[in-house]
Amino acid sequence: MDSPFGLLAELTYRCPLACPYCSNPLNLADYGDELTTGDWMRVLTEAGDLGVLQCHLSGGEPLLRRDLVEIVAHAHLLGLYTNLITSAVGFSRPRAELLRTAGLDHVQISIQADEPARSDRIAGVPSFRRKVEAMGLVKELGWPLTMNVVLHRYNIGHVAEVLALAEEVGADRVELANTQYYGWAWRNRAALLPSRAQLAAAEEVVRAAVERLRDRMDIVYVIPDYYSRYPKPCMGGWASRQLTVTPNGDVLPCPAAQSLPLPRASVREEPLERIWAEAPVMTAFRGTDWMPEPCRGCPRREVDFGGCRCQAFLLTGDPARTDPVCHLSPDHELVERAVTAANSERRPRGSALVPRPHQARRPVGPRQVR
Amino acid sequence: MDPTPLTRTRPSTAEVSGTDRPRPARHVRLDYSRTRQRRILLHPEAVVVLNGTGAAILELCDGRHTVAEIVSELGTRYRGVPEEEVRRFVGRLVARRWLELSDG
Ligand code: SF4
Ligand code: SF4
Repeated sequence: MDSPFGLLAELTYRCPLACPYCSNPLNLADYGDELTTGDWMRVLTEAGDLGVLQCHLSGGEPLLRRDLVEIVAHAHLLGLYTNLITSAVGFSRPRAELLRTAGLDHVQISIQADEPARSDRIAGVPSFRRKVEAMGLVKELGWPLTMNVVLHRYNIGHVAEVLALAEEVGADRVELANTQYYGWAWRNRAALLPSRAQLAAAEEVVRAAVERLRDRMDIVYVIPDYYSRYPKPCMGGWASRQLTVTPNGDVLPCPAAQSLPLPRASVREEPLERIWAEAPVMTAFRGTDWMPEPCRGCPRREVDFGGCRCQAFLLTGDPARTDPVCHLSPDHELVERAVTAANSERRPRGSALVPRPHQARRPVGPRQVR
Repeated sequence: MDPTPLTRTRPSTAEVSGTDRPRPARHVRLDYSRTRQRRILLHPEAVVVLNGTGAAILELCDGRHTVAEIVSELGTRYRGVPEEEVRRFVGRLVARRWLELSDG
């Protein structure tokens, strides 16, 4: 067992936006009992002792935590590389300056599309202009900026314009991430999954841009795994390099794992080190011993680790099966069917999109923060 | 937020000449890991744990030393890190945009 490199701190699932591709869990209300400032400080300290070097502050919208600056300052004191993953709503100049002073290392801002009307329609809230302003502020204050766009049927046709915007705001990195189907995205899969023709067109644009912008911008394209032959090496292997702490203190190998039928492990009850080493949620799929055929005898088993456990669970009901995305999986037909539907002429158009509820205020009855 | 597997679409190495002056990109930081007792390179999405030579090369990637100077500096310290190896190491990191080059 190695030490983890990265901690994804999901500070809150509250969010002013309502993206239908959000990977937060469907039962958002169950996470209202959020960790206190003191809890997070302890978690960060324990994570640092465990070997964590990077801390991604995410959500929901992490800026909704009033103690964000303190949390960042503590992570910085521990020597962690801190990365704020934000929708930029709430990223005001005074707040940004405090975060800068607290030692925040990097800012990632998501936009939903290339222009206000489309972006705001997907986000469910007018937010595009603020995002573009916030990106300017990030650069002005001297941070490296990553612009992130989650791609799906309703924006993948505008990748060229998205890249032009990234150039205009001076992003150092752009992540064009095809939707991964967990949480709300899973619920909206039929509406979000792009067609093969859309993907081919987008990939051509991306390839040309990588060439053209080679010296100025790092372009990262996250492939849509439903269209690939092999699954993604999810999180670099189960509980191998990363861990996630949810707003209420549950510890998971990845942010999608809360739906799996495994016993909970919480930082409220146990030290992080013990959870990492021993909790069933960590050990269940660590390494290769748990693997069924065809993974067990496959030469790629240390390359992709049999794919994503959460995806196997969502698609088949059993987290210990080969990821159905793999063309060798006996369940691959489940993925093929979704892909066929996405490419069919008779696809019902757009009607089924369910926005996640946006929830700018704290649900009733949580603990006091601090 | 998404659990993100990343696929790079860029070439895996870049040409580097003796007069280039490499330095870390804005989003990259050279640091030290207590638990691993090794120098590390931090990036928003990844961490690289460095071996002794890698760490020594990166310490000299400060935007002032040229690649040729790095090679000769290491030569005196380690009695011969081949120029080819330094260039290949720097070239790989430049291709991934962890290092940037300025010349002249
Ligand atoms: S609603 Fe949108 S901005 Fe908010 S957490 Fe989900 S994906 Fe991120
Ligand atoms: S069979 Fe399993 S290990 Fe082999 S490629 Fe498919 S998912 Fe990966």
